[in-house]
Amino acid sequence: MTGQEIVFAGFGGQGILSMGKFLAFAGMEAGLNVSWLPSYGPEMRGGTANCSVILTENTIGSPVVTTPTTLVVMNRPSLDKFEPALVENGLLILDSDLVNRSPVRQDIEPVGIPAQSIAERLGNKKVANMVLLGALIKMTQVVPVETLLHAIQRHGKQQFYELNESAIVHGCDFSF
Amino acid sequence: MGEKVLMKGTEAIGEAAIRANCQCFFGYPITPQTELAAYLAKQMPKLNRVFVQAESEVAAINMIYGAAGTGARVMTSSSSPGISLMSEGISYIAGAELPCLIINIVRGGPGLGSIQPAQSDYFQATKGGGHGDYNMPVYAPSSIQEMVDLIQDAFDVADLYRTPCMMMGDGMLGQMMEPVEFVLRTPRAVPEKDWAATGLHGRAKHNVINSLYLDPQDMENHNIHLQEKFRRIRENEARYELFECDRDNDLMIVAYGTTARICKNVIRDAERDGIRLGLVRPITLWPFPTEAFEQTIDRTHFGYLTVEMSAGQMVEDVRLAVNGRQPVAFYGRMGGMVPHPKDILERVKQMIYQGVK
Repeated sequence: MTGQEIVFAGFGGQGILSMGKFLAFAGMEAGLNVSWLPSYGPEMRGGTANCSVILTENTIGSPVVTTPTTLVVMNRPSLDKFEPALVENGLLILDSDLVNRSPVRQDIEPVGIPAQSIAERLGNKKVANMVLLGALIKMTQVVPVETLLHAIQRHGKQQFYELNESAIVHGCDFSF
Repeated sequence: MGEKVLMKGTEAIGEAAIRANCQCFFGYPITPQTELAAYLAKQMPKLNRVFVQAESEVAAINMIYGAAGTGARVMTSSSSPGISLMSEGISYIAGAELPCLIINIVRGGPGLGSIQPAQSDYFQATKGGGHGDYNMPVYAPSSIQEMVDLIQDAFDVADLYRTPCMMMGDGMLGQMMEPVEFVLRTPRAVPEKDWAATGLHGRAKHNVINSLYLDPQDMENHNIHLQEKFRRIRENEARYELFECDRDNDLMIVAYGTTARICKNVIRDAERDGIRLGLVRPITLWPFPTEAFEQTIDRTHFGYLTVEMSAGQMVEDVRLAVNGRQPVAFYGRMGGMVPHPKDILERVKQMIYQGVK
């Protein structure tokens, strides 16, 4: 695989930081070098949240991701802010239930997923982030889905494991 | 033990301090190091150790003075503006020769500044933020793993020389998570704290912890004693890493902490353009590892480029170490901006192809 530099962005409370964390845990279990860096600056106070996650076979210099290879957005302001930064042919995964515009750029690969609706059908809107994370690992192949599930089992709350698992599986299935 | 865990830098420092047998923590919250205090607030009471959130940084550093005076292994932690507030106390601690560890997770300045990563407290840390002729060992790790590994060493050096030690990280090292392994490190042999103020215990004279000497001759004698100690620290405790320096290079980069890890990527990127770079990475900022320059001075064609997240502070020590034998240039970002590898490489090319110093 090649390395992935990912930005997750959305509102506080959507589980933006935790989806990044679970991916970082999974990357570590897969034997990759990983870093996770949250936005802790003024943005955080404004209610938006984002984090940078790097998974690579190389050593990680700066954990700051300025030109993501993959971008996951869960609101419109995040699309506005990060769309221009995405690398050419980069993957854009957005929650189409929450983002009410299409991407402007023609040189990227956008994937819209109605994550809120899928999560609602599964019984809890809170797992929309996991639906998107499932889609991400399916499309990037950055870690095997089993590794991600194992990481969630080890580091996530036990009572949510089954729900998280089914959200991830639905995210994987949706994108193909 | 032996298992890698994914941890935030600030929390990893807290865990490493516990494992290094830190008995007391006194601090006051400030971004971007608050998680360190939060971690210890949870963990220290479980171990019957002391955690106090003081009413201010000034109070916290004086609690450090008091607790260190009893011989306990103590630590405090803050970020730039808080360290400024502590500086008077640090000078007293250096004067009274008390061992302690001070963590500074540096943020942009001056003033209240920003809360993003910076390295603009280099002068404050290495040239004495407080008053009087004193220095203290300053450790500047460039990864969370190294931060964890250096905690025990810094505590030991503090005890060995009866000195405050500082560990300088920055907002990025404090806030990021990366895998870390807590390896049991063999502690250095440190002397018994027979100077601690813990009561007479049958001795004829009580111990006094003090930094006040009203007789100037006594004060000078104390200074001579301190300078002798600083000389021993300079001779024995300087640390550095040389990266890609076992070859002749076009240019040598000098960087520490977060900036050094970014520069390692620059070195990899430069190879693709046929440019050979080496890295001198000071691990101790004081004592400054001048030896690293003796080892590399004849192996760089265009001299040294110092890269910092400041307006240019360490570059002064680089110039002193190089002492006019090679050109020394500077590239920096300020106020909480993190240098991008592309921009550093651009600066390298300017030096090499356009002779811009």
